[in-house]
Amino acid sequence: MLEVTELHKRYGALVAVHNVSFVVRPGEMLGLLGPNGAGKTTTVSMIAGLLRPDRGEVRIAGSLVSGETDPVKRRMGLVPQDLALHDTLSACENLTLFGALYGMTGRRLRNAMDAVLDLAGLRDRGKDRVDTFSGGMKRRLNLAAALLHDPQILLLDEPTVGVDPQSRSAIFGNLEELKRQGKTLVYTTHYMEEAERLCDHILIVDHGKVVANDTLEGVRRMVPAVTMLEIEIENPGVDGWWRGLSAVAGVASVECRGQVLQVMMGDLARDTPAVLGWLAAGGYRPAHLASQRADLETVFLTLTGRSVRNA
Amino acid sequence: MNFTAFFALARRDVRLFFLDRRAVVMSFLAPILIASFFGYIFGGAAKDEPASKIEMAAVDRDASGISAHIVAALKADPALQVKKLSLEDAREAVRSGKITVAAVIPAGFADGAVRAFLRASEQPEIQLLYDPSHGPEVQMVRGILTQHVIEAVSSEAFGGSNAPKYLDEAMRDLNAAPGMDPSDRSAIRRLLTDIGGLNQRQRENPQSPVRTGLNMPYKVREEAVTAHHGVPYNSMAHSFAGMAVQFILFMGIDAGLVVLAQRRSGLWKRLQAAPISRFTVIGSRTASAAGISALILTAVFGFARLVFNVRVEGSFPGFLGVCVAFSLMTATFGLLIAVLGKTPEATRGIAILVTLLLVMLGGSWVPAFLFPAWLQKLTFLIPTRWAVDGLDGMLWRGLSWNAAVGPILALLGFAILFAAVAIWRFRWETE
Repeated sequence: MLEVTELHKRYGALVAVHNVSFVVRPGEMLGLLGPNGAGKTTTVSMIAGLLRPDRGEVRIAGSLVSGETDPVKRRMGLVPQDLALHDTLSACENLTLFGALYGMTGRRLRNAMDAVLDLAGLRDRGKDRVDTFSGGMKRRLNLAAALLHDPQILLLDEPTVGVDPQSRSAIFGNLEELKRQGKTLVYTTHYMEEAERLCDHILIVDHGKVVANDTLEGVRRMVPAVTMLEIEIENPGVDGWWRGLSAVAGVASVECRGQVLQVMMGDLARDTPAVLGWLAAGGYRPAHLASQRADLETVFLTLTGRSVRNA
Repeated sequence: MNFTAFFALARRDVRLFFLDRRAVVMSFLAPILIASFFGYIFGGAAKDEPASKIEMAAVDRDASGISAHIVAALKADPALQVKKLSLEDAREAVRSGKITVAAVIPAGFADGAVRAFLRASEQPEIQLLYDPSHGPEVQMVRGILTQHVIEAVSSEAFGGSNAPKYLDEAMRDLNAAPGMDPSDRSAIRRLLTDIGGLNQRQRENPQSPVRTGLNMPYKVREEAVTAHHGVPYNSMAHSFAGMAVQFILFMGIDAGLVVLAQRRSGLWKRLQAAPISRFTVIGSRTASAAGISALILTAVFGFARLVFNVRVEGSFPGFLGVCVAFSLMTATFGLLIAVLGKTPEATRGIAILVTLLLVMLGGSWVPAFLFPAWLQKLTFLIPTRWAVDGLDGMLWRGLSWNAAVGPILALLGFAILFAAVAIWRFRWETE
């Protein structure tokens, strides 16, 4: 289990991380989301021991992580956002080096290398130089290197950046398998669909502060409108005809794109009749209706005021 | 310390170095090629070949016996390659760089020179037209010319066909000279009379073995003082020492820049995340750079030994000691670059400039004894000076272990200083 308590980091006047706390249990994956500069990487860096926090602590299975050579660090694996591989060395040479950092040698190292190369689907490419690999293969090897010493906790910092769909799917499969094995995973990403697919728990940070810390469903409930109703109108009125809809009970916001209205609402079943009633009263005839649940992107936008990809 | 990680990191550095073709070429081939070239042009590989001659022109506008004698003597001199040219052609040849210097013997030189020789009258002028980029050669030509002119003029004054005329003129001038001490006048008169008598007997008996004129009163026997008697100087030794020092320092720069590049990559994060200390990282980097330096020294001096017969004429343990101390100094110099630099791009230029200064002031390009005295003293603060002096001492000077102790201690001192600063300023965190 990973316990992060009141982590705090300041650079001069800038508070990069402000009292961030969370707990991730074995078999769980925490999605750490936030716009650029929100403090995600600083948080992961402090957990991994790359940065010393100004205050706060990190515990792994109850043991405090402290110091460069703390043996507790052996229970943690880091997948950095940048590819942490030597291009001119072979996959096996890279893994031999990274294993040695954790004191691994001999048969134990060879067995571990075989296992992680199998997991990454690179068993037959072990002797090839990394610079002959595709971007996806490098990403898989990057993940494999972090798993070599069989850590209980895996910290993944944007592990699928620039990855082709096939490799992304393979990495997702690997991570789901690791969850099943009971590993504890912390996953930072800009891809909301990845967090929705993989993560059990979501932590959204902005300007160094935690703005959401809940299960995926819990986070969705934090926004006033969790559903979008799209209504195509046969006979729209003159400019701004739809603005009165904002005053209808349960409607959070309305946008009109051509003949299509996008109505954000808190509860689809409760609020839809009132919306349709308002249209009927105005003589506007719906031609087509569709509903869509608010996705994590919407939640993110609502909580931070910024789109995660444009942040 | 995690020695498994230590050795793995050091092995990784060495492996990456040898996979980098540019680094290998720069570190192994470049010093060998450049040292061979410099050693060759400074005479190391050409001891069986004649030394290159100074190309010069003689312009004889006097057309006298003396001027002909001077030109012939210049032509016979082994240090010179002499062409006889007109004044215009000679000037053009110097201007275009075809020859280094031209000696112009003016009309009336013979008369003027003999009179000046005997009577301290106005001296005629030999003009030297020279290429300003060849200053030392002009000085050589001036010396050689002086010797031949003195010999030719004195020979003519004391035994030439016009000698009686010149002696009569000198005697007249002597008698007419006002204010001279009578005993001095008498002594010079006797000297001129005796010379005239000698000249007369020479003409009456041309087969006489007595030679007239002034000769060089000495001969020079040169002996290069090297390691042992009879062991010739091999300038390849200094050349290889200097170039090895230079290019190993460049390798040290690269080692530092690699660390700077790694700091920006995920690799550094992987190191930080592992349970290893900064001393493992610093130590392994030092060990690998020192090891690579030792390999380069072995290859460079191995080549010099096999191809140019460069031997360690002095203490072999002393030579090894200087090599090891220099390797450690280079490795810590690389660390210093790694901790003081911000980015590889910004650091590379400054590091190369500093290294070139170190190399230049250390005497790798030209021996430090050519520097001004104050600069020679200053260079003892430069680690490369100790390295070059130490290697020179053990290679061709044939000095003992005692002479190696100073350079070894100095280089180790610099290594400790650099390492201490590197550890003090080492930034483990990257953000």
